[in-house]
Amino acid sequence: MAIDKHLRSIGARVVDAVWRTGYATRFFALILIHSGTSFRRFRLTVKELFSSGVMSLIIILVAGTFVGMVLGLQGYETLKRYGSESALGSLVALSLVRELGPVLAALLFASRAGSAMTAEIGLMKATEQISAMEMMAVNPIARVVAPRFWAGVISLPLLSALFSAMGVFGGYVVGVVLIGVDEGSFWSQMQGAVDFQHDVLNGVLKSLVFGVAVTAIALFEGYDAPPTAEGVSGATTRTVVQSSLAILILDFILTAFMFRGN
Amino acid sequence: MERTTLDLWVGIFVVAGIAALVGLALKVGNLSTYNMSETYQLSAYFSNIGGLKAQASIKSAGVLVGRVSGITLDTGRYEAKVTMSIDKRYQFPRDTFANILTAGLLGEQYIGLVPGGDTQLLQAGEVVSKTQSAVVLEDLIGKFLYSKAEEPAK
Repeated sequence: MAIDKHLRSIGARVVDAVWRTGYATRFFALILIHSGTSFRRFRLTVKELFSSGVMSLIIILVAGTFVGMVLGLQGYETLKRYGSESALGSLVALSLVRELGPVLAALLFASRAGSAMTAEIGLMKATEQISAMEMMAVNPIARVVAPRFWAGVISLPLLSALFSAMGVFGGYVVGVVLIGVDEGSFWSQMQGAVDFQHDVLNGVLKSLVFGVAVTAIALFEGYDAPPTAEGVSGATTRTVVQSSLAILILDFILTAFMFRGN
Repeated sequence: MERTTLDLWVGIFVVAGIAALVGLALKVGNLSTYNMSETYQLSAYFSNIGGLKAQASIKSAGVLVGRVSGITLDTGRYEAKVTMSIDKRYQFPRDTFANILTAGLLGEQYIGLVPGGDTQLLQAGEVVSKTQSAVVLEDLIGKFLYSKAEEPAK
């Protein structure tokens, strides 16, 4: 009898997961359909750009600088063994522009801005503000959800570019200023190795995809959260966990497509 | 609709983000040195290209003059056909040598062009006939071993 109960609960979970996936897809389609308002009344999106983009600036800038500094230090220690310290610039820049910039910026964005989005929308739902909007014939998806989505999609590529730029600066400070790698070879090796289209633009493309994934997950979890204190806190946790996993898995897939065979 | 401090912050954020992107393109990337706009095509046949890849650099006297645009196997003569995009500013004589060289001991492979003395210049689409294939390390070791074996024992 006990086995019967377990089987049934597994089945219920699978059905529930499929159900939620379908609901999430419909929610995502609704965001895209009701995106017109976000651009016609751009003020709404600007407000969200402030709360998700500008407010994440400090953490992104500081984290980027320190990641670049660590890369400079570790890279130097490893490259020194092969007598090729001059390749430090290309190592720092390539790893930042291709991988660390988009991925770490997205992870930080998910925990800094994504969780806030989920909590905000979850609470709006719990306090029945969303229902109130529907009563006033205001579409909550067009008014509340879509501007947040586009603000996230716009701000993440900018944040990840800032992260990479600060990282390169951090690597420069540690490598050239503190350790004393030759400045000329640092920059020229970097410019020789980093291709604008292949590396920089692909990095931007990655962070665009991450932006879509993170904000879509955050908004859906908030919109789907049970309207209780516990429900909202659970949804916030799920946002951070799921979007972090989504970022890393998507990163592998995108990397396999972008950088294979070169 | 009036301007608010919020707009200012968002403006700073967007401008800083775009500036970072431009900085990455110009200072970190190769966009500033990417001025090989006008190119012409040459091709060359090699019996072995070793580890040469598309986009590898083509140098003459150490100066970057072009990039490898494509590598195919010519099944007519079973040799590798390498097409090269050369900067229009540089012309080479007919009897130019194309050698596959290695940067450093284990570095990337590139094509080195050594100009000859011919007064006729190579035209776009022509074939560089004098080529030297890549040095494959295994072959080199093999030759060394054979030459050792042939030496009379002391």
